[in-house]
Amino acid sequence: MTERESALSRVAPVAVGLVTIVVIFAIVEALIRIGWINRFIVPLPSAVLAAFGRVIAEENVLWRTAFTGAEALAAGILVAIFGGAIGVLLTRRRVLRLATETWVAALAAAPIVMIYPLLLVTFGRNAVTIVMIGFVAGLPPVILKTVEGLSGTRRVLIDVGRSFKLSATQEFWKIRFPAALPTIFVGLRLGIMFALINIVGVEFLINFGGLGQLVNDLAERYDLPATYAAIFFVVLVSVAFFLVTERVERWLATR
Amino acid sequence: MTAVLEVQDLVKRFSNGADSITAVDRVSFTVAPGEVLAIIGPSGCGKSTLFNVIGGLIDQYEGRVVIEGETVAGPHPAIGMVFQEESTFPWRTVEDNVAFPLEIAGVPREERLKRAREYVALVGLSGFERHHPAQLSGGMRQRVAIARTLASRPKILLMDEPFAALDEQTRFLLGDKVLQIQQQLAQTTLLVTHNIAEAVQLADRVLVMTYRPGRVKRIVDIALPRPRTSEAASSAEFGRYVAHIWSDLRDEASRGMLDAEAQSRRAE
Repeated sequence: MTERESALSRVAPVAVGLVTIVVIFAIVEALIRIGWINRFIVPLPSAVLAAFGRVIAEENVLWRTAFTGAEALAAGILVAIFGGAIGVLLTRRRVLRLATETWVAALAAAPIVMIYPLLLVTFGRNAVTIVMIGFVAGLPPVILKTVEGLSGTRRVLIDVGRSFKLSATQEFWKIRFPAALPTIFVGLRLGIMFALINIVGVEFLINFGGLGQLVNDLAERYDLPATYAAIFFVVLVSVAFFLVTERVERWLATR
Repeated sequence: MTAVLEVQDLVKRFSNGADSITAVDRVSFTVAPGEVLAIIGPSGCGKSTLFNVIGGLIDQYEGRVVIEGETVAGPHPAIGMVFQEESTFPWRTVEDNVAFPLEIAGVPREERLKRAREYVALVGLSGFERHHPAQLSGGMRQRVAIARTLASRPKILLMDEPFAALDEQTRFLLGDKVLQIQQQLAQTTLLVTHNIAEAVQLADRVLVMTYRPGRVKRIVDIALPRPRTSEAASSAEFGRYVAHIWSDLRDEASRGMLDAEAQSRRAE
């Protein structure tokens, strides 16, 4: 592959993605303008674009993005530490695993957001409540994927370790953990995604904090273009976490 | 010459509830320093069990495995194992894979990478040091696994059908590579295989095993001249060895096949 072809293969997917978005927005814009879609339900994409300046200058959206990002980061770190540790424990203790795995899987599908009144009473109307809801929501996928990754290590890789007389600690850090890393990170990405959804949801519900509260405020004011512009920043936080976890995974894999 | 490896009256039984299967029965043999001994037999003759017992991955057996006069139990640093299944670490580069045993031994990074590159060159993979296994062919990956084992400088290289997943031509060519390495390092090698041509191509002696329970049926001396290459496969002598070993193996392989058919019928 020549340098030009290689550069093209990198740029092409991004270009196709952007063009697709522009085309969809143009179609929606046209459908709203000719009256096929009600502009009081779906705002004009051009109006949403125009609202960006307003939400940045008047609604402090960058600070709110950082606030929600920090909550998601705190929840993500807690989820990684506790989810990983519980996953390791369940892999090592078969009885515990058999006893709890179904419950953890059920928890992953449960509407965790419904426990927010309980957390509100326990921690108060503050960021701790929001981080805790993110933590509880993000925990199940990390536990399940850590168990799946660690117990799915190929037998022959373990045998290679045994043939080199690795200690149990070496076997874990040199073989089981790196072999499980891609699966664990699938869980971590899912966990952070679940955490972020619940964080923004509870910010919305208790009218506190970052982007969720802003979306609530703007929706209350029926400022639909600004509401959609604020939602874009939620997507931005999600994409940022995806990129960061990808980098961390790559860095850990080469350790 | 004193044997570097002695296997004495080895018996290994596997129990499944009340049933007990004798996989290996009173197997004894010796391997001299620098010698290549191939162990050949039909599927189910206990070759892989023997491989795992000698490598220390299976315990609770009768008999003894003796390395340089010392009875051993469990994995021993004198033995380096190469597995049939693809066993490179996919998250490590070629040189980091090969440097793995040196890393475990605590060799500093610069030194271990320098030594790893020597073994990468030995198996003919210079230029691929920074590649990951996913970027290599099956045969190249198996060479990485061999280089990784050789980097631990084992006295005995123990290989379990290392080329079983590869096509015939690649297998012959990798056989040449093993012959070249073996000659360069005077590496004592124990090769477990079900491929007669591979056994004749590589070995000084071929130990033929019976079908279950695995016993030593015969040991055939391969008097083909060394240094040897895969071109020897076209000689009449090579063909005679293959025919001779096949005549020993044929009955055993037939028994194995009939047994497998009977098991399938019972399972229906």
